[in-house]
Amino acid sequence: MTADPKTVLTGPHFMDGNHAACEGAIAAGANFAAGYPITPSTEIVERFAMRAPLVGATFLQMEDELASSIAILGAAWGGAKAFTVTSGPGFSLMMEHIGYAAMTETPSVFVNVQRGGPSTGLPTLPAQGDMMQARWGSHGDYEIIALSPSSPQECFDLMVDAFNFAEQYRNPVIVLMDESVGHMTEKVVIPAASQIELFPHRYTRRAAADYLPFQPWPDGIPEFARAGDGYRFHVTGLTHNEHGYPAINAPQQQELVGRLVGKIRNHAEAIARAEECRLEDAQIVLVAYGITSRVALRAMQMAREERIPAGLLRPIVVWPFPEKRIRELAARARAFIVVEMNYGQMVREVERAAAGRCKTILMPHAGGAVHRPEAILDIIREAAQ
Amino acid sequence: MSAPTAMNPVEPLLRSERMPHIWCPGCGIGTTVNCFARALERSKLPLDRVALVSGIGCTGRVAGYVHLDSFHTTHGRAIPFATGLKLARPEMTVVVYSGDGDLIAIGGNHFIHAARRNVDLKVICVNNFIYGMTGGQVAPTTPLGATATTAPYGAFERPFNLPFLAESSGAVYVARWTAYHVQHIAHAMAEALQKKGFCFIEILAPCPTLYQRRNRLGDGLETMRYYKQHSVIRNGASTRDLDLGFQSEITVGKFVDIERPTLQQTMEAAYRQALQQRYAGWRA
Amino acid sequence: MPPTATPAARKFRGEVFIHADRCKGCGFCIEFCPPQVLAAAETYNRHGYHPPRLVNEAGCTGCDLCGLYCPDFAIYGVRVPLAAAAPKPETSRELAEAGGRR
Ligand code: SF4
Ligand code: SF4
Ligand code: SF4
Repeated sequence: MTADPKTVLTGPHFMDGNHAACEGAIAAGANFAAGYPITPSTEIVERFAMRAPLVGATFLQMEDELASSIAILGAAWGGAKAFTVTSGPGFSLMMEHIGYAAMTETPSVFVNVQRGGPSTGLPTLPAQGDMMQARWGSHGDYEIIALSPSSPQECFDLMVDAFNFAEQYRNPVIVLMDESVGHMTEKVVIPAASQIELFPHRYTRRAAADYLPFQPWPDGIPEFARAGDGYRFHVTGLTHNEHGYPAINAPQQQELVGRLVGKIRNHAEAIARAEECRLEDAQIVLVAYGITSRVALRAMQMAREERIPAGLLRPIVVWPFPEKRIRELAARARAFIVVEMNYGQMVREVERAAAGRCKTILMPHAGGAVHRPEAILDIIREAAQ
Repeated sequence: MSAPTAMNPVEPLLRSERMPHIWCPGCGIGTTVNCFARALERSKLPLDRVALVSGIGCTGRVAGYVHLDSFHTTHGRAIPFATGLKLARPEMTVVVYSGDGDLIAIGGNHFIHAARRNVDLKVICVNNFIYGMTGGQVAPTTPLGATATTAPYGAFERPFNLPFLAESSGAVYVARWTAYHVQHIAHAMAEALQKKGFCFIEILAPCPTLYQRRNRLGDGLETMRYYKQHSVIRNGASTRDLDLGFQSEITVGKFVDIERPTLQQTMEAAYRQALQQRYAGWRA
Repeated sequence: MPPTATPAARKFRGEVFIHADRCKGCGFCIEFCPPQVLAAAETYNRHGYHPPRLVNEAGCTGCDLCGLYCPDFAIYGVRVPLAAAAPKPETSRELAEAGGRR
């Protein structure tokens, strides 16, 4: 299945990451969005509000982020491809519904254009402080998929991927942008609709009598059904059995949570995506994602000019974390330098995967501006000695 | 009527394999479900095209017992979930069935906004004046002076007058009945199912386990007798005058039944006017 | 409100079905049955509640108010046309004794 040519603005554009993300969603077939204004994400829903009636979609500005984050789940059960968009404080409010989406296996996309926090923080300036919140912010055990674009082009591309992952794994997918990428204007080439592959809804073909809404296929993922098609299924955020009925006991909890976690963990390799630069012979491995990866790349090039064997690993899928690749690199590198616009979040994952086989150095930043490449270079030089 | 069928009229609506339900003896929630079943039958709506959305709480469990596309959502958020479902699936009739704490306390903001927008939802609020599921805490509906576990010396906050709240927020259909008024409830529900727009039905119902016992008001049956003796039907009464006091007289009836374009209608009209041929409609 | 005429004056008779093991003994059906067809049984059901029993079966109009009131979906009434040569209906009592469920 490929994208609908009537909705895809094929061709070269000059646009910022927020606008590109909106076009990515539309190309991916998103036909429902609900949102609440919050800087620096608002351009995405503003554009969607303008485009929606032209492409057969619906946009509703809700009364708050609690409402928008569950209106999209209602729409998803009504057959829509749905997403919401927010930033820091709004993302905090959405946590309960990320958990509900995971528990009810509702395909959905949550975009967080990260800004400085905590609290109201830096509404107009970038940060990468929500990486762990995206992974762990809702209560209980669950898994999510999260993507981190580093350019407007990638904002477009990864929105398509986000919707595809959401359908394929019946899971919430989070797109972790940041203010810099969201407001950075660059060339974005939107491919022909026929070049945009879409993962269709996993709708069941069974008769209603044979359909159990939460009975998994061998890959751990159940077939989907749309409300109104005669299946008359039940959906609950309570621990439930294959019928979707509440079953409040330890064995059922084990079975359900084990499956919800397993359906992502067991496919981590298939989901993983990263960009690698000069890693063949790298002794110093920079790990950076999103906007930070662009300054890290510059620092790496400066180090190479000094003949320091530096390389860059840029996770594009940040959750599940690419721990296998980190383990491989840890076996032969001298040090990881994790450059991130927070006070140390993904560095914990790197350290965990490296498991002491090589040194892991954090280069933190509280947000509001990107790191200076020269400052990163200093750390590279130190690590190389 | 044709030959007798050993089939309770509520049965086609129930997930019978899930019976018995969790509600306490004498709880009024099940009574309202009977009325809903009769209303659905009368409405002739195909059950495949009716969805029921609940929040959390004792009434929130209705979703789990009805054999419809049914959604037990998060606390307070049944209305925005239902809004998304209705917009994505306009051909469905979407009913929100939940309690007073869920719809009016934690969900109060969504309630007033959905009424303002006139989302085409049928909102049934079972009001038992208390939080049942969590063990009897004070609610925004608890009458002044009644006690609750978190108001051990008596509630001292003025409660909401729900029909007034609904009407002033924009609901097109507003009624209040008690669990005693089973035929009126069924009639009101049937009317709401036929009507377009945000319809609100408040049903006072006994919570004998918590509200009545705590306040020494007897069991479910005594509460039903109280409803019978102290309710006054005043159709068309001004919703301003519907405050409920502790064991006060209860005004019941249908108070609002007006026409106003729904959210979908106003949305489509605005797009059509601004975009004309370019408006693509809703592509499901 | 339900018709209160005696069954003999009408073209149908009422029949009430009790699903005793679902009953939680709230007494709504007994209280609000207009012709007072029901009373609490002395016996207990499976869950330890006294279900309703028939004390005035002939008085039942089949109005189904009991069905509307019962919070546990344990009782309901139907109207059976007197003229119809209906196949032998399951009686209320049989259903009650069988636990009420076919
Ligand atoms: S606690 Fe109250 S509202 Fe909840 S089931 Fe029991 S009686 Fe009903
Ligand atoms: S149907 Fe029920 S309420 Fe009506 S008369 Fe018969 S027993 Fe009484
Ligand atoms: S109304 Fe139902 S639960 Fe209550 S006594 Fe009658 S049969 Fe039993």
